[in-house]
Amino acid sequence: MNVFQFIAENYQQLLGATLDHLGMVVASTLLAILIGIPLGILITRRPGWSKAILGGANVMQTIPSLALFGFLLPVPWIGARSWRLAILALTLYALLPLIRNTYAGIRGVDPAVVEAGRGMGMTDRQLLFRVELPLALGIIIAGVRVATVISVGLATIAAFIGAGGLGQYIYRGVAMVNNQIILAGAIPAAALALLADFTLGWVERRLSPS
Amino acid sequence: MSNGTQNGAVIEMRNVAYRFPGGPSLLNDLNLQVHRGETLILLGRSGSGKTTTLKLINDLVSPTEGDVLVEGRATRDWDRIRLRRGIGYVIQESGLFPHFTVERNIALVPTIENWEPERIRKRVAELMQLVGLDPGLAARYPKELSGGQRQRVGVARGLAADPPILLMDEPFGALDAITRAELQKEFLALQQRLQKTVVFVTHDLREGLLLGTRIALMEGGRLVVALATSDFAASKDPLVQQYMDAFGTPIPEKRI
Repeated sequence: MNVFQFIAENYQQLLGATLDHLGMVVASTLLAILIGIPLGILITRRPGWSKAILGGANVMQTIPSLALFGFLLPVPWIGARSWRLAILALTLYALLPLIRNTYAGIRGVDPAVVEAGRGMGMTDRQLLFRVELPLALGIIIAGVRVATVISVGLATIAAFIGAGGLGQYIYRGVAMVNNQIILAGAIPAAALALLADFTLGWVERRLSPS
Repeated sequence: MSNGTQNGAVIEMRNVAYRFPGGPSLLNDLNLQVHRGETLILLGRSGSGKTTTLKLINDLVSPTEGDVLVEGRATRDWDRIRLRRGIGYVIQESGLFPHFTVERNIALVPTIENWEPERIRKRVAELMQLVGLDPGLAARYPKELSGGQRQRVGVARGLAADPPILLMDEPFGALDAITRAELQKEFLALQQRLQKTVVFVTHDLREGLLLGTRIALMEGGRLVVALATSDFAASKDPLVQQYMDAFGTPIPEKRI
């Protein structure tokens, strides 16, 4: 039986696993956007905090993902459902590209443009929402793109703690020493990553002020 | 002299000093008045403090010592946002918002002041005509314009809410000689009509003599002299003489 026969025969289960996978990625990326972008904005306003916050997010990325799942397992409420745990872990990994790109995007706005706005009486809020964020948007979306692609890959490991997704097939295939089953999980996961990369790349180009 | 407005001073600097926190001092013991309807030129080389002096007026820079009075009131007592919206600010072309069309750039202050859309549209059309911009350019982005056109947009944006005071920081500095001469001429004509109180920063003595009613010469964070344009050439001040030599003395005729 080759891999395509396997995919054809297990079409429905694979589709379900793909949707679970996508759900974890989307939920964690949205959470990371909700937390990461405000944090990125915050450290452009309080440069003193940038070291601590960027450093913290950096350290988060260096923790091996299996270890992070293990650390989070005893946490009440979170540890009770494996998908909660998976989403939290994926969110923590996605934070760094979002914080860093928001920070870099806003810092990269031409200071003369910001000063012109300030000099004409724009409030801080107006400067942020009408000038800085729109001009940084392309770089922020690039951060979302990186975070999403990383999440698609990392989410396969969530199967290790029973959170489902395409990783299930990879683990099962490894356990059974069956390449077909590994590929049945790996091919859709790679396709998801490519699709996310392509779609967000397109959005990024559309929204970048050039 | 207790009240700046009594003698027609719209802007007044009293014993102003400015230093970076923990850094070098950029301005020292600055005393200067700007009268209603005049064009005061702040002339000096890079680092002389002329741009810092300009930014004191709209409180982009706050004095570490002394007072800056606008319409008789110290800038620190003004509501910063109100103060700035009452002062037009024109800087080199880089100050235009790259993601705004010409129309939205010009409409900036009226928009944040919540004017009616119809009133904004009329005002933008009026301003584009005033500064000599083709109405067909309204939907363009700054990068799609020539340097001269961008600078006209900058001037129109500065004038949008009809502020009594206009601050201009080397507005024509990045233009080629011919476009600059054109815009200088139009500025003179405009100023004759509008009679704004203008503070104009430049390092170009010719531009200062052409456009100004008075010239304040700055060097090393200090005001050296402030003279009527017509008296400038005759000054015995050594620094003035240096400038006259450097630029070759023939004084441009004021023609409109």
